[in-house]
Formats: sequence, structure tokens, C-alpha cells
Amino acid sequence: MSEAPSREAPGREAPMATVWLGGCSGCHMSFMDLDERLLALAERVELGASPLSDFKDFPPADITLVEGAVANEDNLEVLRRVRARSKVLIAFGDCAVTGNVTAMRNLFAVEDVLDRAYRQSATVIAGLPLGGDGVVPRLLPRVRPIHEVVQVDHFLQGCPPDADRIFDLVLALLEGRTPEIARRFG
Amino acid sequence: MTPEDLNERAAAERARQQGFRERLHCCTAAGCLSCGAEELKRDLTAQVEARALSQQVEVQGTGCLGLCSRGPLVRRASDGAVFHELTPSEAGLLLQPGDAAAEAALAAKRLDTAHPFFAHQQRIVLENAGRVDPERLESYLAADGYSALARAVSELSRQEVLAELRASGLRGRGGAGYPTGVKWELVAKQPGTTKYIVCNADEGDPGAFMDRSVLEGDPHRVLEGMAIAGYAVGANQGYLYVRGEYALAIQRLQGAIRQAEREGLLGPRVLDSAFRFRVDIRIGAGAFVCGEETALIASIEGGRGEPRPRPPYPPEKGLWGQPTLINNVETFANIAPIIRHGGAWFAAIGTERSKGTKVFAVAGKTAHTGLVEVPMGTPLRTIVYEMAGGIADGGRVKAIQTGGPSGGCIPERLLDLPVDYESLVGAGSMMGSGGLIVMDEASCMVDVARYFMEFCRDESCGKCVPCRAGTVQMHQLLERFCAGQAGEHDLALLKELGTLLREASLCGLGQTAPNPVLSVLRYFPEELDQRLHHDAEAAAAAAATEPA
Amino acid sequence: MSVKTLTINGKTVTGLAGTSLFNTAWEAGIRIPRLCHIGGLSDIGACRLCLVEIEGRPRLHPACMTEVEEGMVVRTESERLHAHRKLIVELLFAEGNHVCAVCVSNGHCELQDLATSLGIDHVRVAYQHPRRPVDASHARFTLDLNRCVFCRRCMRVCDEVEGAHTLDVAGRGAELRLIADLGQSWGTAESCTSCGKCVQVCPTGALFAKGSAVGEMTKNRAFLQYIVTAREKHEWIRK
Repeated sequence: MSEAPSREAPGREAPMATVWLGGCSGCHMSFMDLDERLLALAERVELGASPLSDFKDFPPADITLVEGAVANEDNLEVLRRVRARSKVLIAFGDCAVTGNVTAMRNLFAVEDVLDRAYRQSATVIAGLPLGGDGVVPRLLPRVRPIHEVVQVDHFLQGCPPDADRIFDLVLALLEGRTPEIARRFG
Repeated sequence: MTPEDLNERAAAERARQQGFRERLHCCTAAGCLSCGAEELKRDLTAQVEARALSQQVEVQGTGCLGLCSRGPLVRRASDGAVFHELTPSEAGLLLQPGDAAAEAALAAKRLDTAHPFFAHQQRIVLENAGRVDPERLESYLAADGYSALARAVSELSRQEVLAELRASGLRGRGGAGYPTGVKWELVAKQPGTTKYIVCNADEGDPGAFMDRSVLEGDPHRVLEGMAIAGYAVGANQGYLYVRGEYALAIQRLQGAIRQAEREGLLGPRVLDSAFRFRVDIRIGAGAFVCGEETALIASIEGGRGEPRPRPPYPPEKGLWGQPTLINNVETFANIAPIIRHGGAWFAAIGTERSKGTKVFAVAGKTAHTGLVEVPMGTPLRTIVYEMAGGIADGGRVKAIQTGGPSGGCIPERLLDLPVDYESLVGAGSMMGSGGLIVMDEASCMVDVARYFMEFCRDESCGKCVPCRAGTVQMHQLLERFCAGQAGEHDLALLKELGTLLREASLCGLGQTAPNPVLSVLRYFPEELDQRLHHDAEAAAAAAATEPA
Repeated sequence: MSVKTLTINGKTVTGLAGTSLFNTAWEAGIRIPRLCHIGGLSDIGACRLCLVEIEGRPRLHPACMTEVEEGMVVRTESERLHAHRKLIVELLFAEGNHVCAVCVSNGHCELQDLATSLGIDHVRVAYQHPRRPVDASHARFTLDLNRCVFCRRCMRVCDEVEGAHTLDVAGRGAELRLIADLGQSWGTAESCTSCGKCVQVCPTGALFAKGSAVGEMTKNRAFLQYIVTAREKHEWIRK
């Protein structure tokens, strides 16, 4: 993956993307657990945008895996753009599917959450990272699973989903089959 | 007291009443009390004494005169005239008969009793309202009170009482309309000697006050009905389950039970017969679900007021596992007249399948609001337009709501429907206990549905999942519609939840909770549609940034 | 005692009069989804997952509280029943705070298993994220109401088997909550014998033994049948 493969490379059928919203990146770690199957996948599909690659604007994709819940204004904006540019969008892992751990802060008011994180627990500088510069996106009042905001085509449960299921799902989609996904929360 | 004593006491009271030149009946039901009826009655009594008229004029309290919006009301017995919104000085004019100036001054306060609001009524349940003093047993006796019970225990066999009931065609007035005679027979046929009579006086539909009015205005009539039921089915103990909010009703019932026990109308030897019947009051703690019979039973037993699945039904296994007859207040209030006049008399009133009369509490945007009792089969249009006078300021009727949170809305164009159980159910609503709310063009039907769903959400006991969690979700979806943030998938989900609640909830509360929504879907789909956000994703994104 | 013959899912089965449809189906190898029912305790018909269709009856009936009758024709699976069960489980996930990934019962949870067996891949109704307390005042057990589904098995086992009736419910609707004694912290509830039966019958991770980490809380239900058999048949047999 050191070189971004070009779109024109032979045998590569469709651009695929992964997105990282409000989550721990564990689902992406699980994606990396595809190990040698990553190579098999690379034969079939070009990986466009992902947290691993550098892109300025999300390029159109046939298949997009979205990790994480919608937690802040940036997540919301990114998700809507990604949805508009993706043919098939997959809620990738429990945070995207249910809100999961990310949504546990919904039990508390946003102000209290920020206060605990940036004032009470501060080790160096106590203060909220909310300058007027817009660098740190504002938290939404509630964390939401992605299907509450955009249309989702497939749900891949798990915290994280194991590599086998990721591979089965992507392969099925590439081969035009209806994926049969083993289901279980957690 | 023997039946003969009863007749003598009644005759003596009638003679006493006829000894007065005039009798003034001050409505002392909760509606009029809230606008000063008690003070008015006290003042009027003082004026009578001051003018030394105590031997000639009687001032007494009485039950609901019907037109609650115009209280305090006073009825003049000599000519049946009813006066509204009286001040003490105006009431004093009633003590000057033959005084043309006084009569002229009163004219403006005299209700037109020929108005359809009164003229179209046929009073059976409310026959004593405005005539009988609810706090005096003698007053009830003078109006043939307890004569039906006397007839039952001294002249009729249990089977004969049941036969009259069956012949009357009376159906339960609590809302569902189960044939009362059949229910009584079910209980009567159960083996065993311990059976119970329960009167459901947990009236809880928003806007409904029919039962309260009967309990406050004519408590003995309910006790008499229960005692006759006890005799017919072989029960010796009755419970009156009254909601705690009905303080005045409870007070009057307690007084009535004491009087009846003292006079031997209830107790170990009812009217000197071998029939023993006792009535105790149980006071509800304010849960709507306790109007559901199995929850009500659990509450009387001292448990948490929660329903249980039926079967077994209460006639088989009710209070403490014993056969139990549960009827509501209005049903019991119909019993004495049926026994007095016979089942055939009752069956001659009403329609083919719905007999007798029904009391409605008319509320909402109409010119006149209050209690009306009409024969079954009366078109809704007659009640809404002729009796209640249509919309107060000349506006248009949009819909009426019957059956409270379990019922639905009926659009104006269907108002020719007659009042009977089947017609209302066919129109997607139900008779319910008799609440009738009239809405004008300004009313938003989605908001009405949202209101009733909120009510059900707050009143769900929480035992079964569909009702506990489903009403929360349905209410939130309706709020989204009201806020213009709902998309197509919200509509689909609303329908799916409605089906789940109807088919899978444990008791009637959850099963009927979707009815107001379903009736909006049926008759006012455009109102939901207007509130539908056609860019669902934009709506969802907007919702995501708003505080929950 | 008389025997009734009936049909469940096209299969002819027999059951003793007075037996529930649920148990009769179970003995015939037909599994009906359930949450509040557990063999050995009384039934309350609250979860509505075991609703079945009975021919000739317009309503759905809870299999746990419906007695077998001669000639009954019962269906435990249909499109409608499946849709209802799915939505009920979704409602349960949405009304509490069920974060499987960090739950002591992850992998041994009846709610999680129901979602899997019903094919639930996401929850369509809105998550409520209610703020519910965790009661860790008891020396050995913890009650985490975030994971409670109000099946009331704990209440019933405490009352019917242990005879303590420490646990009960208070409040209503969405405000329903499980309480110990008079609504005090569990650790101060003097009626509690610390027997732990409530923990074992709890279908989720709402009740667990202290010290359990994620996925570690497995439940042992065998004791219940042992006690019930002993009580009913006076046979002290461990199966």
C-alpha cells in the first residue's frame, strides 16, 4: 500500500473507500487483519479514499465502509458528502450501526462531557478546545448511528467486525451477490 | 326496612315535598360547585330563613343539570324552569312568585329548556339529575329509589332478574359493549358461593365525566344496581373502585352506603330478605390503566395496578380468583329502571343492536358543552349541531373524537352516523365511555393524535414491551411530524409500530393506543402528508444538530 | 389427567390438559422465542415474544400463558409474528443502554441471541439513551438498570423460589425501574438473602456477580429446575 494504485490498473473493478467517523479505529484495524487477503482484494478493487490515504475531497466510490458514529458537525458533513458520492454504503461496525461506545456520552449533557474531559481531567492546560477558528468541530447534542442520518445499504455488526466477515461482504458485493452476513451485536 | 316500609317512607317523603309551595334545586355537581354553587345554595337558604319561608320553600342540592358551561344552575321544581349563572341577589328573585318585575329580571337568566340540548334528551341514567338530593336517602326513595331492589329480592327469582336483563338488550357502557345479560349469566352459572360484584368507577378518558356526574348526583342508584346484580349472580360483596380524583363522588358514595346500611337496604338482610350484600369503596391512586378490568382487580387486591392476559376472564376467575362481575357506573345505573319497567320497555328504546340511551360528555369548540343523554341511534350530527349548537363562533366542524385515547376521530362528513356500538367501530372509532370532543377547522389532527399518544405513553403501566416502549417511539415520531421533520421512513415506521401495538400489546390500553393515529391515517392522510419532509436526509441532518 | 391433541406448525403433538402451548411445543422440539418466560417460574405474558397464531381466533396469544386445547391449530412462525418479534427486540435495544461490546454478558446474553436469531442487523427505532442508575451497593452482586429488559424473572425467582421478595418494580411506563425492598439501595435491603438466584435467571447483564469483566458473566440456570423438581416431585435429581 505504499503506492496508491492508479485507477487504470488492469483487473481492478471498482473504487472502494473507507471512512472513519466517531469511533476508535478498531474496525479499520480489523480491516487490516485481512492480511494476505488484502492483496487478493487489491487485485479486484482500487482503494480510493481512506484514513490511510491522503485526499482533499472524497472521490466517488462504488463501495464505502463507514466506521464510527455521527458525533460532531464534521462527521455529519463528511457522512452526507460520502453518501452522495457512494453507490453502496456500509455501516461498518457497531459504532456506525448502533452508536455503541461512542454514544455512551448521550447519557450526559455535552457541556458536562466536555467539562469532564477538558477541565476536570486536564493534565496540562485546562480549557475547552472551542476556539472560533473552527479547527475543532463542535460536538452534536447526541451521538447517532449513521442510518439515522443517511440511507445505509448494508450493516456489518461487531465491535469490531472480524476480518472474515469484512472480506465475505466486500467479495459478495464485488461479485454482485446478495451478501449473507452473520449477525451479532458486540 | 321491609318493602312495605320502603313504600311508606317514599310516600311520606313525596307528601312532605308536596307540602312546599316551591322547591329550588341547586346543582351541586363538581362543575357548578367550581363556580360557586355551594355559596349560592347557602345564601339562598339564608334568604329563605330571613324571609321566614322555610315552611313554604325548600332549597336542596341536586345532581348535574347538564349544561355545565353555564353554572351555577338552579332548577325551579314548580315549572321545571332552569336558571343559569345566578348571583345570590338574582337567586333571591326566585323567592318572589307572581312578582312580574322579578320574573322579568329573571327572564334573561332563564334557560330555554325547549332547546334541542334539553328537548332531544331522553333521560334514564340521568332521570334523577336535577330532582334528587344526592345527600338524602329519602329524596331518592321518593323517586322510586330501591323499589327495583325491593321487587327483585321479594318478588323475582334470580333467573327472572337475569331474564329481564337479557330481554333488555343492555350492553356494557364502559366502551366495549359486551351484552350485560350474558355477562351476568356467566357469573351466575359459576359454581361456588364466593363471588364479587365490582363497579368500575375509574373513569379516566380525557374530557369524560359521565360517571362522575352519576356518582355525585345519584349515588344510591349505583348501589341499587350493584345490589340487584349481587342478588342475580349470587354475590354478597361489592366493591366500588373510584378514582381518587373524584373526592366529591367518594364522599357522597360513603354517605350513601352508610345511609343504605343503616336503613337495611344494604347489609346482612337486604330489605328484610335472606339476601346479604355489602359494598365497600376502593380508591384508585390515579392510574388510567386501572380502568382495565384485570388491572382494576389487581389494584383492589392490594397489588400493583397492572393487567394480566385474559383468559381467564373475570367472570370465571376475577377478584382473589373468584367469579367476578365487573360493570361500569353507567351500566349499573341502568339496572334499576330495567327492573322497574321491565326489559321489554328498555329494548324498545334505541336501535336493533344497541338498546337504551347513552350519556355523552360533550366538550370542545361547540356553543354548548355538558352532559346529554340520548337514545341509541341518534345521529352524531343531531348531537353536534342541534343539541350542542355547532361551533361557537360560527366556525366549521372538522371532526369529532369519541372513545378518548382508545377511540378515533370521525370526520364531519360522517356525522350522519347513528350512535351505536357497531357504527362507531366501523368508522374506526368506538363508543368508549362517552367522551365526545368536537374540533373545528383550526384543530390539527396530527397534533390531536400526538396528544392522545402522549397520554397513553404516560399511562402505560410498563408491563409489556410493545406498549411500554412502543408508545414512546410513536409519540416521538408524531412529534417529528408536528415539527415537519418526518420522512417517508418515519411514516412507514409509525404504521408498523401501530400494527405491533394493536396486535401484540397485553391489554386494551396498548391495543387501542394507535387508534387515534390510525384514524388520522384513514380520514386525514393529507394532514400527515403536509407535514412530511420530502428531503428526508436534509431533515435527518437538521434533526441531528438540534438538542434532543 | 386428560391428554389433548393439537397441531403446532403442521405437526401433531399432545399435551396434558393444563399445560401451556409453550411447554408443549418445547417438548415437541419446537422453539418459540421468549424473554420473560423461564421454566420453573410463574408466567406473566409480558415480553410478547412468544405470541402465536391460533386458527379461528382473531387475536395473537402468548404461548406461555395459553393452555392446550383439543384440536387447536397453532402456528408459531409466520411473517407477521416474525415482524412483531423483530420490532419488539428492536424496541428493547432502543429503550435501554445495551452496549454489547462492553457488557459482562457479551456472548452469553439472551437479548443479544434473540437479535441474532431474528436477523436484526440494526435498530430502526430511535435510541432513547435513558439515564438509569447502577446499584453496586450489594456486597456480591451489581444491578445495572441500563441493561434491564424488565422481564421480571429476578422478581419472580426471589418471591417464588427464594421466598424473599426483595426485588420488585416501581414507577410505570418508560419510568419503570427495578427496586430492592422499599426502593432503597440493594446493599441495605434486609430481606435479601444474597442467594444470587436473581443473577442466574437474568437474561442479560443487568444482574451480575461482582468482579466479572466483559463477556465473563455466564449464568447457571440448572438450579431452578433442580429446586422446582424437588418441590413438585420430591425428587432431588441433578440432570
